[in-house]
Parts: sequence; C-alpha cells; structure tokens
Amino acid sequence: MFKLKSIAIAVAFACASQVPAQAYAQTSAQNGELGSIRSEIKQMRELYEKRIQELEKRLSEAEAKVGKAETAATTAAGKAEQSASKAETAASAAASARSAENSFNPAMSLILQGTFAKSSRDPGQYQITGFVPSGGEVAPPKRSFGVGETELHMSASIDPYFRGVAIMAVAPEGGIEVEEGYFQTTALPHGLTFKGGRYFSGLGYLNEQHQHAWDFQDAPLVYKAFLGNQLKQDGVQLKWLAPTDLFLELGVELTAGDKFPGSDRNKNGVGGSALFGHLGGDIGQSTAWRVGASQLWTLPKDRSYSDTDTLGGAVNNTFTGSAKLFALDGVLKWSPSGNATDRNFKLQGEYFRLRQDGTLTYNDSGGSAVFNSVSGPLQADQSGGYLQGVYQFYPRWRAGYRYDTLRYGNLSNGIVNNAAGPSAANFPVLSSHSPSRNSLMLDFSPTEFSRFRLQFAADKSRLGVTDNQVMLQYVHSLGAHGAHKF
Amino acid sequence: MKKDMRMNNPLNQPAPLKKSLTMLCCIVGLAFTSPVFAALNILACTPEWGALAKELAGDKANIYTATNALQDPHRVEARPSLIARARSADLVVCTGAELEVGWLPLVLTQSANPKIRVGQPGYFEAARVVTMLEVPVSVDRSQGDVHPGGNPHLHLDPRNIARVAAALGERMAQLDGAEAEAYRQRTKNFLERWQQAQVRWEKLATPLKGMPLIVYHRNLSYLIAWLGLHELGSLEPKPGLPPTAGHLSELLAVLKREPARAIVLAAYNDPRGGDWLSEQAKIPVVMLPFTVGGNDKVKDLFALFDDSIARLLAVK
Repeated sequence: MFKLKSIAIAVAFACASQVPAQAYAQTSAQNGELGSIRSEIKQMRELYEKRIQELEKRLSEAEAKVGKAETAATTAAGKAEQSASKAETAASAAASARSAENSFNPAMSLILQGTFAKSSRDPGQYQITGFVPSGGEVAPPKRSFGVGETELHMSASIDPYFRGVAIMAVAPEGGIEVEEGYFQTTALPHGLTFKGGRYFSGLGYLNEQHQHAWDFQDAPLVYKAFLGNQLKQDGVQLKWLAPTDLFLELGVELTAGDKFPGSDRNKNGVGGSALFGHLGGDIGQSTAWRVGASQLWTLPKDRSYSDTDTLGGAVNNTFTGSAKLFALDGVLKWSPSGNATDRNFKLQGEYFRLRQDGTLTYNDSGGSAVFNSVSGPLQADQSGGYLQGVYQFYPRWRAGYRYDTLRYGNLSNGIVNNAAGPSAANFPVLSSHSPSRNSLMLDFSPTEFSRFRLQFAADKSRLGVTDNQVMLQYVHSLGAHGAHKF
Repeated sequence: MKKDMRMNNPLNQPAPLKKSLTMLCCIVGLAFTSPVFAALNILACTPEWGALAKELAGDKANIYTATNALQDPHRVEARPSLIARARSADLVVCTGAELEVGWLPLVLTQSANPKIRVGQPGYFEAARVVTMLEVPVSVDRSQGDVHPGGNPHLHLDPRNIARVAAALGERMAQLDGAEAEAYRQRTKNFLERWQQAQVRWEKLATPLKGMPLIVYHRNLSYLIAWLGLHELGSLEPKPGLPPTAGHLSELLAVLKREPARAIVLAAYNDPRGGDWLSEQAKIPVVMLPFTVGGNDKVKDLFALFDDSIARLLAVK
C-alpha cells in the first residue's frame, strides 16, 4: 500500500516537472505565450495536487477499511462461535469449488529405483547354502547398471467404510505384478481393522515396509532364507489396537499359504495363518521404540527346489509337511529432543526361527536317473537374525552397518540317514553351513523424495566363498507425499 | 530321526488354524471390553493447538500433544505412541494444509478410530478457518517442499488464533454436548482476553513496522504479515532444503546492499547457517520460540507472542 502511494506521487511529480522544463525552452519565443503557459502550469499543478490529494484520501480510506475489516473479522470470529462451523463448511465448499472429474482420483506416487552393482561372484549363481531355497528373488542385483522395480502406488477411500490400496510393481524385464492390492475397513469400532486382498504380512518389523523404505539395498539374510525376501500373501487380516496409552496391537492373518515357507497346495480352505503382536512407546522426547513377536504356520505341499547330484545331473527335490516360523523384532529410534531433521539414530534387529517337519522327495529322473524317486523324512530347525544401526550424522547424510547371521542348526535328512539312497553329497544346497554377512552403507537424501546410496557387503551366503559386493543405488519417489511407517 | 516325531501327518493337522481362530476370538473379545473414558480426549498435532485446546477446554479434556517445539513439524514420524493416542482420541486438532502429511494420514489409518477420520467432527483442521498466505499458483516439487494449500505456519498471527479458537470451541461444544456451555463460556472468555492482548501487542510492536529480516524457513510469514515486518530472504534456498554455501553468499551480497536487522530462526531450526551469516553480515541471530514450549518462558499462547515481540524489539 505504501508502495502504491509513493509510486503515485512519483509519477505525478515526474509529469509535473516535465511541463516547466518544456515551458522554459519556449521562453525565448514569444513573451505573449508566457502568461498563458504560466496559467496552464498553474492549472496543471492544481490539477495534479488535487489528484494526489484524492489518491491519498482514497488510500487512507482503503487502509482504514482494511483495518476495520481485520478488526471486524476478529470480532466476528469472537462473536460468531455458533456460526463458525458454518463458516468452516463454507470454507471447505470454497476449497472444493474447483472440483472437477479428477477430484476423486486416488493419491498416486511412483517409485523409481536402480543400481550400479559390482559383485565378485556371479549373482546368477547365488545361493544360501545350508537352507532350503525359497524360490524368491533373493540374489544380489545384476552386475553393471540395472533398473529396479518401478512401483506405482495408489490409495483412496472406497466409500465411507473402506479404503483401497494398490501397489503395482513393473519389473525391469517387463510384466506388472500386484505387489499389494487390498481393501481395509475404516469404520469398524473398538480399534478393529480388517484387511483383505494381497498384502505384506504384519509378521516381524521389516516385512510390512516396502523395499524402497529399507535402510539397505537388500533384505537381511533371514528374510531371504526364511521368507523368500519378503512375505506377501493373499488372505485376510484382523488387527486390534488396544485403547491404551502404550501402543499394543494384536493381529491374526488367514492366508492361502502359497508363499515360502508354504507352497500352493491346490486345496480348499486356509493354507496358512499368522499371529503377531506389537508393543511400542516413547522414552522421554528423544526415543521411540517398538518390539514384536510373531508366529507363522503353513503347510507346504510338493514345494520344490532344484539341486545337482554328484554326477552333475539335475535333481528336483520336493518337500511336503509343515513349516512354523517364530519371529522377534525390535526397533529403537533416537533423535535429540525428537527432532530427526539434523541427527538421528535407528537401531533395529530381528530374530527368526524356522522349523520344518515333513517328507523330502529326491528325484533325479530328469538328470542322472540313478535313484529316480526316493523319499524320506526331513526335519529342520534353523534360525538367524540381523542387527543394524543407521546414524544420520549430518542433515541429509546417513551411515549404517548391518550384521547378518544364519545358523544351520539341526537339519536331519532321512534320505541321507538311510544310507541306502543318495548321500549328503547329492544335496549340496543343504550342506552344513552357517552364512553371515557384513554390510556398510552411506546414503545421501537431498530431500525426502530422493536418495542415493552406496553399499558394501562381504557376503558369506555361499559355502566357502565370500562375495564382495559394491552397490550404488538410487530411490526416488514422485507424486503424492507418502507417509512412511515407523 | 525318530519315527514317532513325524507321526502326525501335517496335512491333516488343523492345530495352527485352530490356534489362529482362537486368537481371532480373543481379539474380538478383547476389543469389546475396551473401557470408555468420560472426558474429551484430544490429540493436538502441534504445541500451539495443544495450548489452544487447553485454553478452551480446561480440565474438561485430556490433551496430548504429538510434537514438541523443538521438532520440525514437517518431519515427524508416525510413532507407535501417536497411533496409541489417536486410537482413543475424540478430537484431533491439526494445522492441515499438508503440514502433517508425512505422518498424520498414517496415524489416522492405523489408529482404527472412525471418529477422527478426515471429514468427521473429530477431525479439526485450523487451515480450514483462516485465510492462507502464499497459496502457490502452480505446484511442482522442483520448487521445493511447497504446500498446495498455502503456507501452513498460520499460528503466528493472533488474528488466526482467534479464528481457530472460535471454530475449535464450537467444535468441542458439538462433540461434548453435555459440557457445551462450558466450552462456549471458556472460548468467549479466551477471545476477550486474546482481543485485549492483541491490541497490546500491536501497540508494542509499532516500532517493528518495516523491520527487515532474514528468516530460515518461510515459517514466520504470518507474523511478518501481521506486524508489517519485511522479509528480505530465507536461509533455505528453496522450502525444505538446508542452507547451502552458495545461497548464503548470495544472501550476504543482498545484505550488503540492503542490510537486515536480524536473522530470525525458529527453535527447531539448525543454527549453523544462521550463525555463519550473522558473523559475516554482523547482524544478530534471534531465536524465536515459534510455538509454545520453544523456550522456558513460553508456557502458553499469550507468552508466545509476548516473548516473540520482546525478542524482536530487543534487536530493533
């Protein structure tokens, strides 16, 4: 407003000062004109002064009006307690006035990720020796440049009762996979939430998080060995959140049980189930924590994996029986006064124990055809865990270390014990081995939406060899601002 | 391996399913025995709304504030404790305009509390009742962390506090009908005191008119607009990006042409960039409380404005 006033005055003066200058130039001309010019100038000056006065008057009036309006607004706000809710409705109506066909569009975001990787051993030959292969995508990223899965997230309320979420992963080699696709109730009372469709199991800590939100490029070895990287399943889930100040949630899942450690059984009914419980809270303003325990049951049938016999022939092994997974998880996050922008620390660890009991069938008829099909009992009680710490030491910069370990435990292979059939050498994948891995990472996140990560790992998943891996990774998200799970 | 240990054929073993179903029944059973609380449970997203709720509800409500003054309100996590508090909340009081977009939607979804869903009476957004400043014409993330609804740091204009108070008091009255009159009375009382305080502040702050300032993040725009201060620039090159050496030297060049009175930071801002510029440009850094709890003196909303104006006057 002050600016406007000064501009008006400046313009007026500029015009006014030009006129006498012209007039002076004409003094050498006829003196008779001088009088009329003078009076003209006088008139003009008067006119401009009048105009300036008018402008100033209008300005001060306008200012007074604004002032009044402001006071009026506050007074009105003070008086209009009852009508405030109406005003609010009006405000929201105004906000949605620009609504168009697309106003019901779901929140959408897209995740772009890729790696530049180097590994001293062929990622194509990756195995976790000593553990029944899960069949999941557990190998380190391909060498050289490689685009990871491009993920499309969509979510919105379906109606007053349900919310829908779909996450599609576009594989770099082509093909779209439904990573998650579920509906969730939003109106159930008593802290209950029901979910149905395909979703990441609530088991453990990392499992429910998307890979792009992980603090390392890849999953811990326990996830690779016992859950085929990450357990996503088709089924239903019921969760209850306790009405307490301490966070306590209990959940139960009934699923098809067709993902490792289960397998597709082609049977009616429920093929797998899981229970989980989580407890969490704050310690002062700086620390937040969550711990959990989970149990998963599933009944794999003819779950197969391939191996090589002593002659180099292909062997197809199948397992039918039961698999029980028990998991403990914990996470602790610290930041000075709870302000994580500058510095923060996150400590996280999980312990898994997988027990399998059933029948293993060895079949080399497709290869050397020495034994053809031989069956025997298989009992395995194996465990593992990881512990990792990630420290943000400077805004945008974080460094982290992860230690992974798997324990071979007890694996009793009835076929080998029998001594009449194939020997232990015909089961190289199940050789006694307790893998371990050390990983280091450094990441830089210019904003919440972009991240670059450098990761080193010395991976002893394979018997007797160390695979040294270097990965440079990017993870970017565009579109709606996603909210990350704790 | 002993044969008896693998006697029971797992395929005919319904035990796990039974366990899960038992658990399911337990969960449902537990859910229905949940206790009921009488007072209004309020979850305030930021300290200023916690303080306002306290003014308007007094002892009629249990108020839990999700964040403190030292936390960047943009960067809060959906901590388990917040989910637990949201579960039993009757009213959530937040700023809106996407200030809490990084955590609130998740807390609301995970809380399994239909009362506080967006659009329900239990969900209150301050941004709905005030006129927003700096509403962008177009939004693109290349502009940094911009908010399509406008600048969300709206509480540093006392006129906005008055507007929000009027609407929030009425909302409380609507939710807790039995105590409606008490909320209305308290709101009226608060607004009267607030009106007087505002007149006092405006008088006090008259010398501040036109005072040139450098801010950290554009989180003081409403205070600047209200008191007629003059924002010369911000330490952040773009909203949400930390100060860079290049940007700071540009600011220094600006300050050489047009000196500022002070560099003004909020309690949660990283002081490093400001300290450097302060040394180079020889102007003081002023740490404003920004919200209730931003320093030891600021225990309520009145003290927030008293303290902020006093700190600005000290460097005038």
